[in-house]
Amino acid sequence: MAQCVVALGNVQVRYGAATVLDVPSFDVFDSEIVAVIGANGSGKSTLLRVLGLLQQPTCGKVYFRSEMAKPANCFALRRRTASVLQAPLLLDSTVYANAALGLKLRGVDREQIEARLQPWLERLGIAHLAARPARTLSGGEARRTSLARALVLEPELLLLDEPFSALDAPSREALLVDLQHVLPQSQAAVVIVTHDLYEAAALADRIGVLSQGKLLQIGPIEEVLTSPVSKEVAVFVAVQNRMSAERRSPRSRRRR
Amino acid sequence: MELIWHGILKAVELLVSGDTEVWKITWLSVKISGAATLISLLLGIPLGIGLALMRFPGRGLVAALINTGMGLPPVVVGLFISILLWRSGPLGFLELIYTPQAMILAQVVIAFPIVAGLTMATFQSLDPNLALQLLGIGASKRQMVWLLCKEARLPLLAAVMAGFGGVISEVGASMMVGGNIRGQTRVLTTATVLETGRGDFDVAIALGFILLTVCFVLNYFLTHIQQRGRTQWPSVS
Repeated sequence: MAQCVVALGNVQVRYGAATVLDVPSFDVFDSEIVAVIGANGSGKSTLLRVLGLLQQPTCGKVYFRSEMAKPANCFALRRRTASVLQAPLLLDSTVYANAALGLKLRGVDREQIEARLQPWLERLGIAHLAARPARTLSGGEARRTSLARALVLEPELLLLDEPFSALDAPSREALLVDLQHVLPQSQAAVVIVTHDLYEAAALADRIGVLSQGKLLQIGPIEEVLTSPVSKEVAVFVAVQNRMSAERRSPRSRRRR
Repeated sequence: MELIWHGILKAVELLVSGDTEVWKITWLSVKISGAATLISLLLGIPLGIGLALMRFPGRGLVAALINTGMGLPPVVVGLFISILLWRSGPLGFLELIYTPQAMILAQVVIAFPIVAGLTMATFQSLDPNLALQLLGIGASKRQMVWLLCKEARLPLLAAVMAGFGGVISEVGASMMVGGNIRGQTRVLTTATVLETGRGDFDVAIALGFILLTVCFVLNYFLTHIQQRGRTQWPSVS
């Protein structure tokens, strides 16, 4: 049975009076890919930062492999995850140096870095760019470099924030196809946040719908698409045929 | 024009002939301003980083004080350091007045806000998500700060240049706390003032020329490091 990698319990993130995230429970299991979709400002990136132990929630608990995240163990637990933020955020160095950065920070020696990194550069189609300065890359190449930087760490939990944002259609399509092959090979549990249902459906085993910081529904793709729990979810997952209806109990029918 | 030409020739003559006093003055200037810049970097860079990355009560006030300090008049710094170090002053027991150490102290007060202010501005101009991204691939907080420093190395080198340039060229504070004592606290700027006062314009110009050369050599070296591998802007027709 698949083990829970990360779990949230009654997590809230508040900025002053505004609650930007309010998630009573959320679990991600071994080797599964969960996509969380939502409009801009729905709290997706905040959710990802909380899951990646990059932001402490205002209240609630985050469990990583059943171990509660606390300031004392946060760094050690965070090193078992890898986050890829929305922009590639590469350093002013070569593609190889950028992709190797996470391993270098962990003190992995040069030969091991090369042995581990080369297959990922090849899988992501950027091996030929290894010596190129990162600032000369196209958007798609930079995005692939940032993905290689995270995947080479072989994390237990991989968090991807809008991995296809700001890419042109061909680059986006090509990266989507590559990720469909690459993500299952990584063995990591993956959480992707996106506003695009098509990307989410193409990659994920389960989909969650987030709106105004609340997780409205989470479940297998078919379930969310065919049985949205509310009109808001139905609108977001683009259910075309929506009809207003009133639900009545059998007793009220008899009274009529 | 002739005066300037004579001054340049005199400078070359003084340096080539190995004039001991000129070399001593030049070396002392570099030592004092170099030490002051180094101390300013050690104090100013961490403070600048702290002000840019951390939030704490009074942060705005400290930042405003640092920014004000970037334009401190050296002569006012000299005045207050003199009062502090004067025999009857609160730090008079240290017996530092008219010593190179007093000059270093005054120059640190001048250069430290420049370094701290420029470091703060440099770090604030970096993408805040970069720090988060570095933590997200497993950097410790210390590693994150070090990587941000490396990323900001070009403007940080500008802070070094501005700090050193500010102190090696100041005269007011050095004169007031150093006293321009021959062989002990006489530096290029104070010696230039002295020679000008005496009417020895060719020697004054020679000293000024040496000062400019020292600044140029150091800045050429730092600029070379700074501009190596910089992003090329596209040429605009």
